[in-house]
Amino acid sequence: MNITLNNRPESFGQERITISELLEIKNFTFKMLVIKVNNKLVKKDSYDSSVIKNGDDVTVLHLVSGG
Amino acid sequence: MNFEEIKSKLKNYTVGIAGVGGLGSNCAIALARVGVGKIIISDFDIVYESNLNRQYFFKDQIGLRKVDALKENIQRINPEIEIIDNYIKLNEDNIVEIYKDCDVIVEAFDLAEMKKMLIETLLSELPEKPIIIGIGMAGYGDSNSIDFRQSENLYICGDEKSEVSDENPPLAPRVGMVANMQANTVLEILLSKK
Repeated sequence: MNITLNNRPESFGQERITISELLEIKNFTFKMLVIKVNNKLVKKDSYDSSVIKNGDDVTVLHLVSGG
Repeated sequence: MNFEEIKSKLKNYTVGIAGVGGLGSNCAIALARVGVGKIIISDFDIVYESNLNRQYFFKDQIGLRKVDALKENIQRINPEIEIIDNYIKLNEDNIVEIYKDCDVIVEAFDLAEMKKMLIETLLSELPEKPIIIGIGMAGYGDSNSIDFRQSENLYICGDEKSEVSDENPPLAPRVGMVANMQANTVLEILLSKK
């Protein structure tokens, strides 16, 4: 499947993956994340159940302190 | 648009700024100089000497509430700006009430968990609202790392990686770059409104 991840095209062998699987594949190991799929917020407690499929637009924000 | 046209258009809009430390104070000053009509600021902190390396406050303001000190500084630059100041710690339960009538909201916290709380609250409760966030501005140099991207109504300014620490402190130049990038994005959004 093909998705958009942080404004860039990405391809995966699988037809569907969960958010948790995506984070593992992409090696996003940070704790402080905000994730949107098709402009809808996905909260941490649904990372295991929320499924990403072909054509989805995924934004993963890694928050770091400073300001 | 010439400056008079820009000013008269900006006068009609309200910008919310959440936190008035390094990002918020500098962003507010830039917006006040160009004439945004109304600015809503919130912060629970007071001015410390250690803030003066990057935040828009003065030595004789140490000990004042940041919202009061910033209001005073804005009024010295442009007394026509209406300022709503809240000496309050923002949380999931008060953010929506304070910022729901803003045309744009600027995230200007220092701590990552506060940034996350604000972004998640606004994305769930006010999903149409433009939010401009600042992530990654610690240290010095490497100007080219400071970037901008947009994801629908979420606008992201900063390098998205440099985290502040004792060895990588936040300093006026890079914090100011991101704060002014946020202000620049506010103008881009407001001035393109029909």
